[in-house]
Amino acid sequence: MPARILETNSTPFGKVAVDPVTLDIIENALRNARVEMDATLFRTALSPGIREQGDAFPLIADRDGRMVVGQFGSFIDGFLKGYDGEIEEGDIILVNDPYSVEGAISHASDQLCIAPIFRDGRLVAWSAMFGHMTDVGGKVPGSLPTDAASIFEEGFRLPPVKLYRKGELQADIVRIAAHQSRMPEWFKADLHAIVASCRVAGRRVVEICERFGDDVFASALDELLARNHRAMAHLISTAIGEAPVSFEDYICDDGKGAGPFKIKCTMWREGGKVVLDFDGTDPQSDSSINFLLNENMFKMFFGIYMIMVFDPQILFNDGFYDLVDVRIPEGSLLKPKFPAALSCRTHALGRIFDVLGALLGQKTPEFLCAAGFSSSPHLMFSGFDGKGEWFQLFQIGFGGIPGRPFGDGADGHSLWPGFTNVPNEFLERYFPMVIERYESVADSGGAGRFRGGNGIHMTYKFTEAGTIAIHDDRWFVPPWGVNGGAPGARSWKRLDKANGESIALPSKCDGIQVDKGDLLHFVTWGGGGWGDPLEREVELVELEVSRGLVSADGAKRFGVVIDAAGKADAAATEALRAKIRAERGPLEVFDRGPSLETLRANCLAETGLPAPRPPVWRNAPLALAAE
Amino acid sequence: MAYRLGVDVGGTFTDLLLLNEATGDFWRHKTPSTPHDSSVGVMTGVNAVCEKAGVKPSDVDVFLHGTTVATNAVLEGKGARVGLVTTEGYHQVMQIARSLVPGGLAAWIIWPKPEPLAKLEDTVEIKGRIDAVGKEIRPLDEVDVRAQLTKLKGQGVEAVTIALMNAYLNGSHERRVAELAAEILPGVLVSLSHEVLPEMQEYERTLTTVANASVRPVVSKYVKNLRDKLRGLDMQGRIALLRSDGGLMSSEKSEEHPVSLLMSGPAGGVTGALWVARNSGLKNILTLDVGGTSTDVALIENGEPRRVRTTDVGHLTVRASSLDVKTVGAGGGSIAKVPELTRALRVGPESAGAAPGPAAYGKGGTAPTVTDANVVLGYLPEDLLGGAFKLDREAARTAVQTIADALGIDLYEAARGIIDIVNENMFGALRMISVQQGYDPRDFALMGFGGAGPLHVNAVAKLMGSWPAVSPVSPGVLCALGDATTRMRTETARSYSKRLSAATEAEVLGLFGEMDAQIRDTLKADGVTDAEIETRFEIDVRYHGQAFEVPMHVTLDSLKDGGLQRLAAAFDDEHRRLFTFNMDAEHELVNLRAVAMGKVQEIPSLEIEKGDGDPSRAKIRDHEVWADGGMKPAAIYDRSKLRAGDRVPGPAIITEMDSTTLVLPDCEALVDAYGVILINPAKES
Repeated sequence: MPARILETNSTPFGKVAVDPVTLDIIENALRNARVEMDATLFRTALSPGIREQGDAFPLIADRDGRMVVGQFGSFIDGFLKGYDGEIEEGDIILVNDPYSVEGAISHASDQLCIAPIFRDGRLVAWSAMFGHMTDVGGKVPGSLPTDAASIFEEGFRLPPVKLYRKGELQADIVRIAAHQSRMPEWFKADLHAIVASCRVAGRRVVEICERFGDDVFASALDELLARNHRAMAHLISTAIGEAPVSFEDYICDDGKGAGPFKIKCTMWREGGKVVLDFDGTDPQSDSSINFLLNENMFKMFFGIYMIMVFDPQILFNDGFYDLVDVRIPEGSLLKPKFPAALSCRTHALGRIFDVLGALLGQKTPEFLCAAGFSSSPHLMFSGFDGKGEWFQLFQIGFGGIPGRPFGDGADGHSLWPGFTNVPNEFLERYFPMVIERYESVADSGGAGRFRGGNGIHMTYKFTEAGTIAIHDDRWFVPPWGVNGGAPGARSWKRLDKANGESIALPSKCDGIQVDKGDLLHFVTWGGGGWGDPLEREVELVELEVSRGLVSADGAKRFGVVIDAAGKADAAATEALRAKIRAERGPLEVFDRGPSLETLRANCLAETGLPAPRPPVWRNAPLALAAE
Repeated sequence: MAYRLGVDVGGTFTDLLLLNEATGDFWRHKTPSTPHDSSVGVMTGVNAVCEKAGVKPSDVDVFLHGTTVATNAVLEGKGARVGLVTTEGYHQVMQIARSLVPGGLAAWIIWPKPEPLAKLEDTVEIKGRIDAVGKEIRPLDEVDVRAQLTKLKGQGVEAVTIALMNAYLNGSHERRVAELAAEILPGVLVSLSHEVLPEMQEYERTLTTVANASVRPVVSKYVKNLRDKLRGLDMQGRIALLRSDGGLMSSEKSEEHPVSLLMSGPAGGVTGALWVARNSGLKNILTLDVGGTSTDVALIENGEPRRVRTTDVGHLTVRASSLDVKTVGAGGGSIAKVPELTRALRVGPESAGAAPGPAAYGKGGTAPTVTDANVVLGYLPEDLLGGAFKLDREAARTAVQTIADALGIDLYEAARGIIDIVNENMFGALRMISVQQGYDPRDFALMGFGGAGPLHVNAVAKLMGSWPAVSPVSPGVLCALGDATTRMRTETARSYSKRLSAATEAEVLGLFGEMDAQIRDTLKADGVTDAEIETRFEIDVRYHGQAFEVPMHVTLDSLKDGGLQRLAAAFDDEHRRLFTFNMDAEHELVNLRAVAMGKVQEIPSLEIEKGDGDPSRAKIRDHEVWADGGMKPAAIYDRSKLRAGDRVPGPAIITEMDSTTLVLPDCEALVDAYGVILINPAKES
């Protein structure tokens, strides 16, 4: 039974005409409110993941739960369908179980708060915010076990519960939840911060209603959604063809030695509607790399990508949802069945952006971006320091930004909106480590007229013994280049022990013991290149060699010969470029690098790690479909 | 006789204000700016204003100056070529920055990748390491340092920045590298991160120090040139520059620490507003400084402008104290447009600038701007006072008509829409500094200045509920007034980072004592006497583990006998006010800060002649303005003929040499004893 919303005022909202100026004012006011939600959260949260890195997502939705401002699209609809209870003024719902809310949040680490906004006894809007907590219990510090076989190993699960009931904090819920966490103080503070930020949005919405009237507000939201619908309908009809286009990419492995896992999506237009069908995606994994992908959320990803690629002027909201039909096979990697483990869904979440970019650009390759969104590298480091106090770090790293139609990808920057790195002086001050190296890796960005951004090489020297966990990907299947651009370099991790031993670490591992003095090299992937590398300006290649972003040897990938003095040799360059042109085949739209077979054959030699073994499927029909 | 001379160099005009300290008499002068060498315009102005007042330049004992020279050097990439020395493993600190791509999901697709302020090819790394408690874990390798500095020399760098890991805790390596740099690159200015910004976070500290080094030669050259020329006029008095935080510093100090000047320009407006407000008995003010391309807003509470620890210039955020001035791309020259796809009306941030300018200026501009909308609606009369400048109303109508056609509405509705949206954008900026910081805008008056502030101040005040809307005397020279009336200021900060349970009142008082002596010495060196110095102390407090602090004012007395516990309680109150909740986490004292200020200039404001409340002697002619869906009869008044106590009913337009004040229907303007216009909603009759 869906949620029942208790309103003391049953007057229906009047439909009124809203002039375009008032409409823009209301939209701006809502955007300001969203910015305020972020500011409140970052200023009051305690965990570095939220306060330093910004791993949190706000939204404001209309009374029907359609997102008007926000980032990841509305999931309130999914929550309302699944919540068998009453919702009243002053309630704030807390949930972290993805299966209870159709994947509105996709692993138990994300705590989602949803707050109805009432005025004069009527529901006028919703605000919501979710954030990634450093620890929610479960079998490993950080709550992202690479080998979990079910969600029961990944920390506590809260179905939607009332954290606030008619404005009253249900303190026992906070006590119970925080008690499960290895970092209870961070958990409590971050949760309060999320609630405070939802409340800020509530106050702002009520102020807007007071200023313009409830009917104007409700009608304005309808019109904002309709405006987006019109713009997107136009865009879809011009940018997406009726002939299906398809793209597939891979998650390298499942953390248990099997892989790669295919994500496949086919897109076509039927009349004014676009269909995105994940048929052909591999079945769910026995491990924790499954991603319970909420259809509405994927619609938003699609919409935002369309807008950014084709017309960044359009303001996005949920208005276009009925123009998009998302089909995800049950039991697949993207719609696993309960109780499949979900904690390490970050790789698939990143990878669907690569897939999306590839799909949208196929009809119009000039708008195509290369691969490199790919994943979200995590490092966990925990233990007891010299004073016997528990420490626990959860840190998000970044790879290289892909080559783009508008230019080079940035080196070591975040593809996730609003995310920042953690200052190394902060890490050194609050955790037992020295960061010996923090730089981007020369030549790791794929060659191209616009090169991919370089990945990052970060070297941690541990000054106390402890345990680490790593979550990363793109170590086996490289990030592809486009329009003649080359793939970016793959990621790698190595532990140089204080005793002289050197160990290649898998890109997904946990429970790795480290000793004082050990060095961890955490190296992320580079972005794929865009366009023919031989068309890159010679002076720019020379400049980047002098900057150490490209090596003299790496310059040859662009057909540029650098002499001993670091200058480009014009004659040799011309000759080399001519030679490459003569010898190479026609440029493909996608350059994925070597075939899977070749990657497998060379894996041990190239990565120091055995090749992943092909996954064994328990879901026969889906496995067949993915063949 | 003691005279103070305030000079503000803007993009178009250089404003000067000469003040007789004893009597409060002042003379103002406006002269075109000379962007190729702004001292030329300054000298012209100095001579002219001195002549007006009948004084000699040698009678001026303080020359006070707000300048955008540092800002422009950063924005236009005209700073020095900076060589950067970093710790081994960190030479890409500026390249990677904080890894942030501004904007939402997929914004990376269209984000223009910025070039670092210190070029990567001019960045070197050196061996040697300090750890996070300030201990040396590897000594400096001087052979390596020499080799790297020699490399920088070969690159032809014009300035050097040394920014090493954890130098905020131990600057010994930076100092030694500086000694070697002096040897290897003689005559090249060197900036050290632990001196410019002794704070944690390597990227922010490095960026701030690089920004300092980058603008240093430009500012230094500018200041020296100015000083030489002023001395050439026989002006022997002190020369002081306005800092971003609204205080003054000596021109010599500014040459060392020009990063403190990045918001010098806007700070002048705020300090000017402060002086006007003080005289008119207003304590809480929001300022609205509307220029051609942008609007600066700031908040003054209880006579104190809000300060923040960062300064935003272009896409860079440097760590230097500044007044909390927010800028939005909304000004008189902002262009209105209707994108085809959404059919929404957008205004700015693109601007017609000074050239070609709004269509109404008749300088070849055709794009519809905010100024054009103001002309169409009658808010800006065609013939500005004196007839020196005539606006082309027809051109304005033609331009705005394009918006009306695109939206399918009539000309006046389109013009009104443009004004409403630009007002809304200003409102948005004001909200960020008021409501978002926990302030209620209804407790504040709104002061409009700059070229177009008084045109918009009434409407924005109505949106905010901030009354009265204030139009100060000669709003165009308010910045120069601010320069002339502000006081010397210096501050110092120390990282303390102790939980409340580990801190003691005696230790904090001891540190504050040292800091007090240090900043007093700085001001004394700049000619302020000990008796004139006022000091203030602040402690940045947060719950342990939070990323942001709240600065709390303390006095040395209040810290005695359990003062830290009282501070914690006061912080809890402030946190609840800002964020609606408290935590049971322990309090942490993060930074200690001490501020020393010179004497407040008690310069009286001149009272104007008292009138009988009837403004009709100042009326120029009848007029009409657009309001509530139609043209309404209005009147135009000459501000110079208004007298104290005059009440001007809206709708009305009050003009003076360099600005126009719009009074809306159902509002009434009152001229106060000093000629300041205070607009309030008209009382029900």
